[in-house]
Amino acid sequence: MQRLWRQFRQSPVALISLAVLVAIIAAAVLAPLLAPQNPYDLRQIDVLDGTLPPGSQSLTGMTYLLGTDGQGRDMLSAILYGLRISIGVSATATIIALAIGMTLGMMAAYLGGRVDAVIMRLVDLQLSFPSMLIALILLALLGRGVDKVIVALVTVQWAYYARTVRGAALVERGKEYIEAAKCLRLSTPRIVFSHLMPNCLPPLIVVAMVQIAHAISLEATLSFLGVGVPVTQPSLGMLISNGFDFMMSGKYWISFFPGIALVVTVMSINLVGDRLRDLGNPRLNR
Amino acid sequence: MFVHILTRLFQSLVTMAAMAVLVFVGVFAIGNPVDLLINPEADQAEMAAAIARLGLDQPMWRQFLSFVSGLLQGNLGTSFVHNAPALGLILERMPATFELALLAMIFAIVIGVPAGLVAGLYPERLVGRGIMGASILGFSLPTFWVGLMLIMVFAVWLGWLPSTGRGETRSLFGIEFSFLTLDGLRHMFLPALNLAIFKVSLVTRLARAGTREVLLQDYVKFARAKGLSPARVIFVHVLKNMMIPVVTVIGLEFGSVMAFAVVTESIFAWPGMGKLLIESITRLDRPVIVAYLMLTVLLFVTINLIVDLVYSVFDPRVRLSESS
Amino acid sequence: MTLSQDLSSEVPVLDVRNLCTRFFTEAGVGKAVEDLSLCLRRGEILGLVGESGSGKTVAGFSLMGLIDPPGRVVSGQVLFEGVDLTALNERALRKLRGNRIAMIFQDPMMTLNPVLTIGTQMIETLRAHRRISRAEAWSRARDGLARVGIAAPEERLAAYPHQLSGGMRQRVAIAIALLNEPSLIIADEPTTALDVTIQAQILAEVQRLCRETGTALIWVTHDLAVVSGLADRIAVMYAGRLVEEGRTEAIIEQPLHPYTRGLIASVPSRNLRGERLRQIPGMTPSLMSLPEGCAFAPRCDRASEACRARAPVMETPASGRMVRCFHPLTAPEDRS
Ligand SMILES: Nc1ncnc2c1ncn2[C@@H]1O[C@H](COP(=O)(O)OP(=O)(O)OP(=O)(O)O)[C@@H](O)[C@H]1O
Ligand code: SF4
Ligand SMILES: [Mg+2]
Repeated sequence: MQRLWRQFRQSPVALISLAVLVAIIAAAVLAPLLAPQNPYDLRQIDVLDGTLPPGSQSLTGMTYLLGTDGQGRDMLSAILYGLRISIGVSATATIIALAIGMTLGMMAAYLGGRVDAVIMRLVDLQLSFPSMLIALILLALLGRGVDKVIVALVTVQWAYYARTVRGAALVERGKEYIEAAKCLRLSTPRIVFSHLMPNCLPPLIVVAMVQIAHAISLEATLSFLGVGVPVTQPSLGMLISNGFDFMMSGKYWISFFPGIALVVTVMSINLVGDRLRDLGNPRLNR
Repeated sequence: MFVHILTRLFQSLVTMAAMAVLVFVGVFAIGNPVDLLINPEADQAEMAAAIARLGLDQPMWRQFLSFVSGLLQGNLGTSFVHNAPALGLILERMPATFELALLAMIFAIVIGVPAGLVAGLYPERLVGRGIMGASILGFSLPTFWVGLMLIMVFAVWLGWLPSTGRGETRSLFGIEFSFLTLDGLRHMFLPALNLAIFKVSLVTRLARAGTREVLLQDYVKFARAKGLSPARVIFVHVLKNMMIPVVTVIGLEFGSVMAFAVVTESIFAWPGMGKLLIESITRLDRPVIVAYLMLTVLLFVTINLIVDLVYSVFDPRVRLSESS
Repeated sequence: MTLSQDLSSEVPVLDVRNLCTRFFTEAGVGKAVEDLSLCLRRGEILGLVGESGSGKTVAGFSLMGLIDPPGRVVSGQVLFEGVDLTALNERALRKLRGNRIAMIFQDPMMTLNPVLTIGTQMIETLRAHRRISRAEAWSRARDGLARVGIAAPEERLAAYPHQLSGGMRQRVAIAIALLNEPSLIIADEPTTALDVTIQAQILAEVQRLCRETGTALIWVTHDLAVVSGLADRIAVMYAGRLVEEGRTEAIIEQPLHPYTRGLIASVPSRNLRGERLRQIPGMTPSLMSLPEGCAFAPRCDRASEACRARAPVMETPASGRMVRCFHPLTAPEDRS
């Protein structure tokens, strides 16, 4: 772990990305404390302040750093709350998908035979269709809602984890310490959870980094298309979508700033993930 | 070889069947088919008539059989909104999506391959690092947001290119295409570029990895030992080998481009199948959604099959390992 | 080199002087070729012998100017027909490569480009160096294949490498090397990957072609038996350095360097009946951490304090004979 951190530090880009990522997560978690206003408290917003450009003053003397949207909401506040929803939804989905994928992957690797065949066929089937399409169709049939978005994101993610865990577990299973554990007659679940699992983690973390970035992007896309989160819980994608209509009249900020927040979030996760992948790849470790 | 084709064909059929079952289960067993397939604005009498017509009062296995026979006859239901066969509606819009996806793929290759080649030739230099940085950016940019920004910059601010619709079309084999007219091409440019962004990054990475791999091969050094010019070594010896994985992946990605066309089409008001899908979702036109789903499954299975077969025809190693 | 100039007044085809090639890796500096001097006259065949990792391939690439980073030719000269190649720019070098100097690579399976036809790969070699029409290049390529004993050359020109056997591919590589009638060919273990009968055939053909065309040849191998029947002279390499050089018969009959003696003793056919096959004890040293003195000292039964303290230099004990050893085996009775 220490060694990993020391190597990780050597890349300034990765280090900056990590710092940005931590800042974004903190901002999302602390949104109610940081935001100048609660954008969903109708008493705090004033329609007369609608579509003000960045830097404008409100009637009450507050400065809208990033401007306001059509209803007069402070964009900065809306983005902080939006981040919270975007990251919350994606992280929840990723954790659930990880749990399901790991369990199924372990089962496939450990039980083998028919269980393995069935699970892996499902994985192949799932992975042969683009996640975008699966999520879209699923939501088209299920309707919109935070819980439904999570179901869709879990559905498109689990297969990646199952495949990764199975691959890593098959390699680990043949190694000596597992043989030793078997000789000690440790129970199967015990072997799986206390011995196999920790060793499958590194590749899984790398995949999870890619997937969570993907999930955030996907959620935003679905919400933009109007099949994602409901209007009452606007994620970044929804904010961007709201700004679409105003853009034709040159009021770029309503879509632009939430988009920047989205890009910076996804990119910092990708860069950190990239670095982790390089470190995990022994061929690149000269 | 023949056995291989048969096996793959069989696998594809199994996949199709599995997806049909999944769709059936999704629509008829889990969801309420009355909600899904009957216009929600219908009154009681219409509703009852529709239930009888669709056979929704029949036992589950009968319903499944009639669903399957409908599928086999190409009858995928009738759109509530357009009051026309769902399949026909989708097929009508397919050429628009197809030409858009194709142009996007061309962009991806035309931009991605040279970029990846340069990045692979000079991995340590600023250009190489810059290209790789740009490709991570490309991976991280959400397609729909890029679309908005393209519209804002090129259509709203600069006013260079149009941002909605197909523009003027011309008919070829009785099908209307935009790429045949200058106006149509101008209309295609922004949406195709938007659709291409993600694939450009993908192709760049593949091309870079391929270039680095190929550069280490003996045959490249041998080509240099023959006294060939650097241009010949790079553009013939390296490029030709590096293109093999790129072309394979591009083929496989064509389906995913069609899927992402949903986003691009709704932003650029491009009247393709993707825009139809989104409209159908917002208007609860379920038969069209089901039809779209089955059609895409068919499309994907076919693409996977074709790529796999083409690959095994062209790559001697695959061919040899299959026959042994 | 003064020697060979004495023997014939003509300028030697190749005159290498104190060539050093090093690899600058993160693990350290690898002295892959150190103080290499060689001389070749027209039509002469030199066998460059050494065990795996002794730097033979790197030496070959250094002569061609094909050393890639992290490697670099750090000093020395490569005089080819009187011109120093190390002083030439890439453009001028390119005119010589594949034209005046050709190289045949070690692994026939990897040297031909899998996605280009044999014809394309031959024709491009011709057209890179002379202005000739495609048709003429094609017929020359066909003749080239016929010359190395390939049947139905027209058909082979249209074939892809994977459609040919390993032996056939190596013949193609040899044909490519011969295409522009070079005055020097560097053949890097071209027959090791092939089975014995094909090896013998190719050997005989190459020898004949060199005699016919007056091409000088450096035949790189780790197998002393292969070159003893082919080469006019033999140069033995150990850990990046030349340790002994001389006429083939002289080297075989009376090796001066303990390492050469070891090599000869380990050739099965040269052992007397009943005598056990001798392997040189010990391992090839890592080029990253060569010992202070003579690189062979840890494995040498004649090693003395002097050997471990200083590196021996190349001496010329007799005309046309060179050895790098403090205690060379002089008298015949020293041969065990
Ligand atoms: N690209 C490189 N980077 C670092 N060191 C290298 C490189 N190429 C060669 N070397 C070093 O040069 C040494 C000599 O290698 P070379 O390939 O010339 O040996 P060889 O005599 O041809 O052996 P073989 O009979 O196995 O072909 C190797 O031991 C290696 O340490
Ligand atoms: S110099 Fe010394 S150690 Fe080296 S080969 Fe000669 S006798 Fe052996
Ligand atoms: Mg070698």
